[in-house]
Amino acid sequence: MRSILAALLIAGPVSADEIWVTNEKDDTISVIDIETLEVTRTIDTGERPRGITFSQDHSVVYICASDSDAVQVMDPETGEILHDLPSGEDPEQFVLHPDDRRLYIANEDDAITTVVDTETRRVIAQIDVGIEPEGMAVSPDGAIAITTSETTNMAHWIDTETEELFANTLVDTRPRHAEFTKEGRELWVSSEIGGTITVFDVATQAETAKISFEVQGIHPDRVQPVGFEFTQEEDIAFVALGPSNHIAVVNAETYEVEDYILVGRRVWHMAFNEDKSLLFTTNGVSGDVTVINVPNREAIKSIKVGRFPWGAAFRPTD
Amino acid sequence: MRHLLMAIAASALWTSAATAQIDVVIQYIHVEDPAPPTLSNLDPPPEDLGLAGARIGIEDNATTGRFLGQTYDLQTHVVAAGEDPRPIAIAALEQGDLLVLDAPSEALLAIADLPEAQEALLFNTSAPDMALRSEACRANLLHTGPSLAMRTDALAQFIQTRRWEDLALIRGEHPSDIAFAEAMHGSLEKFGLGLNAEKTWAFDADMRRNAAQEVPLFTQDLGDYDLLLVADEIHDFGRYISFNTWRPRPIAGSEGLTAAGWSRVVEQWGAAQLQSRFHDAAGRDMAPGDYAAWAAIRAIGEAVTRTQSAEAATLRTYMLGPDFELAGFKGRPLTFRHWNGQLRQPIPLVHPRALVALAPLEGFLHQRNELDTLGLDAPESACTAFGAPQ
Repeated sequence: MRSILAALLIAGPVSADEIWVTNEKDDTISVIDIETLEVTRTIDTGERPRGITFSQDHSVVYICASDSDAVQVMDPETGEILHDLPSGEDPEQFVLHPDDRRLYIANEDDAITTVVDTETRRVIAQIDVGIEPEGMAVSPDGAIAITTSETTNMAHWIDTETEELFANTLVDTRPRHAEFTKEGRELWVSSEIGGTITVFDVATQAETAKISFEVQGIHPDRVQPVGFEFTQEEDIAFVALGPSNHIAVVNAETYEVEDYILVGRRVWHMAFNEDKSLLFTTNGVSGDVTVINVPNREAIKSIKVGRFPWGAAFRPTD
Repeated sequence: MRHLLMAIAASALWTSAATAQIDVVIQYIHVEDPAPPTLSNLDPPPEDLGLAGARIGIEDNATTGRFLGQTYDLQTHVVAAGEDPRPIAIAALEQGDLLVLDAPSEALLAIADLPEAQEALLFNTSAPDMALRSEACRANLLHTGPSLAMRTDALAQFIQTRRWEDLALIRGEHPSDIAFAEAMHGSLEKFGLGLNAEKTWAFDADMRRNAAQEVPLFTQDLGDYDLLLVADEIHDFGRYISFNTWRPRPIAGSEGLTAAGWSRVVEQWGAAQLQSRFHDAAGRDMAPGDYAAWAAIRAIGEAVTRTQSAEAATLRTYMLGPDFELAGFKGRPLTFRHWNGQLRQPIPLVHPRALVALAPLEGFLHQRNELDTLGLDAPESACTAFGAPQ
């Protein structure tokens, strides 16, 4: 028995993939083992960690340490901070360009998007955007980066050749998150207070659809879409609805909501495992992560993490 | 070539939707209303109370406006205490018909009733009087600060949730103390609560010691109670009540647990960003008066952005309509009540160190909007200037 346990202990960390969760009010990352669905490591970070993303080969992880005014670069094997990147003030969320080099960072307190070269560790550009930039996305071909600004209520379209804005489109109140889909032909932007997702045709930047949500027994004002992600085939989107404590399952073709899944309190962001059969949502107020079985659309477990879990990212280990 | 590049760079700032240049000038009028003398000189009201919030609102609007070809400017006017506000208001109205007012009730009505103001859009950011939202309402006057009843309803909801059924109240003699006490009475009745005892704090011949020393004796004959309500809106004696009551009991109202339109302890719902923006600009914490002025300016900005117009009539129609909503960092969209022009808003219940709860509290339901459990609901308001209730 003991030898089996020992074998498991040794085998566990090397074989199982992981979900990394930033805990905004604990200044830590909780590492969840996807096999056992348990927290195996808690790693210290800078102050108020929020956005988290891995480099393409997963050799380093980038963390927005908002109150430390830095993007930290960490070795995911050791949990050691290798160095900080200049990030501008109060980095909240970011996206890594497909070139695996440029980070587009939303500086929430400064109304700026900062572009940093992760190799030279230099700021390439700072772009004036609206008040409280937050949502960040980049098109699959890398040509367009998006910043959404919470108080200005816009999606700002950045030409990544020139690092300048080429369009600004109004969305509903308090946009939070943006994602490209359908090979970059569509852009989705969630509006927390507006309670909608706006769908844009990328070629024309014209609005083509608007998705609304309705959770039974919950006042529409409290149904607040925030983070969202697409499944493998990009035919379904899972949308976190904040303080309504539900995830919406949206048909990405018809824009109809097909299901609502009850999760923890104030659900915020999420990450899939490798084959996207499991979804891990961060629930800020309840301080846990809900694990959703994607094909069955069922919550199967909640995992206690740190205080106010915010971002989530997948790390393969093989 | 360089010209072409510059043209491209300039156009990049504009939204892809074709928009016309709109220059919005907002008139801010502060009518001085000197605070009465109080026992303590701690916490003097900031000189730029309200105005500092308006300035942040203008900056927020201008940042958005940059992408839409809109500019925002704030022109400020001050009416000295005791002066007739009308000449300055008329001068302001000649420069623009969007007025944000920090003024007591009489001055607000004098300005709202000016012939020159009939087509203008005015915002009350400081007067909490119930009459302004009821029989004395004006069609051209919207209210972004909460009414007294919104605050006292928030307190009453909290008291009821905690099942504190035995209540006592002490109130000062200033008209604002009396108005607060009256609103508190109304809220307690609305939520099925009542007072066991009530006393007036009057500095009369029997009071020969300092306030803190008087409190134990003063509160001895209140009997037993769960919570002591204090109506001291001018913040005269209230600060000496805590820990000095005859029975060890918590206090609420103007001191202790307070209900306010805004507070520095509000940090959820993205509020930390607004707080830090304000603090950087003003060098102090954001107060309820600042928030109400900010909300008025932002409401204008939001309506201009969505209607592509700076016409007062267009903005008013949009603000009172179903599509308007303002993200106010209080967890829900803020909208205007179409029957009296009051901005619907959650009310934070706070003590000096933290948020205690946010009203409306869970379980207080309403057929239209839970926020309408706070303050004058349509059937309770005698306001007719906004047209027939819908």
